[in-house]
Amino acid sequence: MSNPEEIFDPQLQLYEKRKGVYPKAVDGTFRRLKWVIMAVTLGIYYITPWIRWDRGPYAPDQAVLVDLANRRFFMFGIEIWPHEFYYVAGMLVMAGIGLFLVTSAVGRAWCGYSCPQTVWTDLFQHVERAIDGDRNAQFRLQDAPWGPKKIAKRLSKWTIWLLLSVATGGAWIFYFADAPTLARDFFTGEAAFVAYATVGVLTATTFIFGGFMREQVCIYMCPWPRIQAAMMDENSLTVTYKDWRGEPRGSVKKAQAQPGSFGDCIDCNQCVAVCPTGIDIREGPQIGCITCALCIDACDNVMDQVGRPRGLIDYVTEEDAEREKLGQPHTPVLKTLFRPRTILYFSAWGAIGLAMLFAVGNRTRIDISANHDRNPLYVQLADGDVRNAYTVNLRNMENRPREMEISMSGLHGAVLWTNEGLRETAGQNVLVKVPADSVGRVRLFVAAPGDGPARKEFKLTVQAKDDRTAQDTHDVFFERPEIAE
Amino acid sequence: MVDKQRVDEATGTKTVGHEWDGIEELDTPMPRWWLWTLYATIIWGIIYVILYPAWPLVNSATEGVLGWSSRGEYEKSVAAREVELEPIRQALVSTDIRKLSGSPELLQAAIEGGRSAFKVHCVQCHGAGAAGSKGYPNLNDDEWLWGGDMEAIEYTLIHGIRNPDHPDTRFSQMPAFGRDGILQPNEIQDVVSHVRVLSGREQPSASSARGAVLFEANCTICHGNDAKGDRTQGAPNLTDAISLYGLDRASLTETVTNSRYGVMPRWGQRLDPATIRMLTAYVHSLGGGETLPAVEELNEETLEQVNGDAVTNEAEQSNTARSGQDEQS
Ligand code: SF4
Ligand code: SF4
Repeated sequence: MSNPEEIFDPQLQLYEKRKGVYPKAVDGTFRRLKWVIMAVTLGIYYITPWIRWDRGPYAPDQAVLVDLANRRFFMFGIEIWPHEFYYVAGMLVMAGIGLFLVTSAVGRAWCGYSCPQTVWTDLFQHVERAIDGDRNAQFRLQDAPWGPKKIAKRLSKWTIWLLLSVATGGAWIFYFADAPTLARDFFTGEAAFVAYATVGVLTATTFIFGGFMREQVCIYMCPWPRIQAAMMDENSLTVTYKDWRGEPRGSVKKAQAQPGSFGDCIDCNQCVAVCPTGIDIREGPQIGCITCALCIDACDNVMDQVGRPRGLIDYVTEEDAEREKLGQPHTPVLKTLFRPRTILYFSAWGAIGLAMLFAVGNRTRIDISANHDRNPLYVQLADGDVRNAYTVNLRNMENRPREMEISMSGLHGAVLWTNEGLRETAGQNVLVKVPADSVGRVRLFVAAPGDGPARKEFKLTVQAKDDRTAQDTHDVFFERPEIAE
Repeated sequence: MVDKQRVDEATGTKTVGHEWDGIEELDTPMPRWWLWTLYATIIWGIIYVILYPAWPLVNSATEGVLGWSSRGEYEKSVAAREVELEPIRQALVSTDIRKLSGSPELLQAAIEGGRSAFKVHCVQCHGAGAAGSKGYPNLNDDEWLWGGDMEAIEYTLIHGIRNPDHPDTRFSQMPAFGRDGILQPNEIQDVVSHVRVLSGREQPSASSARGAVLFEANCTICHGNDAKGDRTQGAPNLTDAISLYGLDRASLTETVTNSRYGVMPRWGQRLDPATIRMLTAYVHSLGGGETLPAVEELNEETLEQVNGDAVTNEAEQSNTARSGQDEQS
């Protein structure tokens, strides 16, 4: 960090200018892992909306679709209605607990590998290196005066960034509408304004966050590092510089001159050079470290070159670090992975998942609800009967139009009909056609003899004609005048 | 306090100089972009204050150079909605009311419009749920003094009931049998007994037998030989369970002695034809509406057509249902 003299620099009293980070290219196990994860996550993000899924003629054929206009959420074989939003809530809870689980086991793995901020920043840095050259060339270019060459490089870098940003923002909107149609409309200028606005906003945030803000987002804006710090304990893996092995630092030459008085760290600064957040891991664990493990790769390469054992910087738990200092062997991996904390997270995660699977498998796709007219509660009819009216909602959650039968039970001598039927021909049940995947609303009239209890509960039942097992019941009241005259 | 300012060793950052029970605070400089963001929001705020209403004054507020106001916004959206609704109003007025039930979408729009208009113009007498009260008919039930099909309801709405100086208004006047000395008080009691027997409120008695004779002579002209009323004169059916002024002895005595004279405004004078048609459709939809015999077939055809896309339903055997309808009402 800054040294004390700098601190009293009056400039620094008020604000701190971002110090540029120019990470060096590196190769190694973790770098390759990051490539794979980047390919997979970006692949999922860009390809998902284009996967098709046949749901028949009455529903969209997009595998994953958040249909805001019709308030439906499609995910492969599952369709979620607004009143079932608790499934989405459940998935979010699972995502949360899943993150806790991962964090307590392997530390800030989310930050280091799969957070969009990390993935896109990584991508942008590769572009930067391709245009401007590696770390040192970037330093030189930064300090060089503006001239045709610098302008050309900057413009081409920003253009590529911008294209990547547009593609990022552009892909997002395809989750909310039929992708092929929207793609065509988007380029012919016929898409909704909100589509362009969304792409615009996401392009801007991607461009700024990935191109310029980078580690500032992690250090100042994101709440997650603070939360993760609380999720980790002495058994969580974290990137650690083994100071007990590395210190005191000294170059290979010095070590040859005075054998035995220096540690393994040759003070080559490679771990700092490759760090995407520009920190020095040798100062110990810190909030700026996203545990991307690139310094492990860099240091391993150096150790290979100077012929010292790898792993001067390594994934180690705090507890193992202590044991290693005392010369004891590490705790077995299985023991650090399966400890009460992780088992608890995993059970909670699994229980919610199983409960949701069970609930999804057992949900009925038909539903009735009835609102009794409040004013008037009942209507006296000329022939002495009394009529009550209800607004009935019939949910057809299947992707086909269905004929449904509403019937009643528990009301003596009653008949029912809808606003399109007539009392004269009314019977014990009525048929209603409800279009595919929608709510049918009918006004239901029920007439019963006037001599009966002032308030009587009875049942309205809906049953699908094409599947007698699909049914739902709603309890309602029938009201009558207290006693005539 | 400033003398306590020092550089924290672990972080290399200056402290602010305060100390509470050994707890000190680091004076970490803010990132520069954060300050820029702060300045940007301040500039945004100033621009907003200039453009939009912002500062409260004693009786008003600064208006902002854009002249925007929430009331203006509201009026604009109402006007825009009016423009949207205009085609529906046009279509409503130009459709033959006998065929209105043949276009379910238009009918539904009319019902919804009527629901709103009813709350403004009609609830004062008929109540929010159109259930009426003594002297003000319940529009939900299946008894109609002047007719309950669309045409009859619309006529009543346009011309009103017992409007002075309007030739087309619905008009009739029941004699005040007691006040005008046509019947003696004891005779009135006999008529009352008979009327209560007609609607099953009383067992036949000597009084009601005498009343039957008086009824025959004085009342059947309007209420009919079977006492089922006459809609051309707004004479109510006396044999059913519904009555406008009550079937208890006191109310009936008052009705026969002094007569009743219910009035309703003629809305044709005050409301435009589209609104009246909406009110008609709404009142008709409340549950007691009667069909017009002439449009039976049309009804069926169009209903079949919409079955596919709208939520429609049919009472089982509704075909026979619709044709048998009018006789009974
Ligand atoms: S700190 Fe936040 S933004 Fe940075 S990598 Fe971690 S989760 Fe992502
Ligand atoms: S210190 Fe190492 S693990 Fe941490 S962010 Fe930098 S390179 Fe990645």
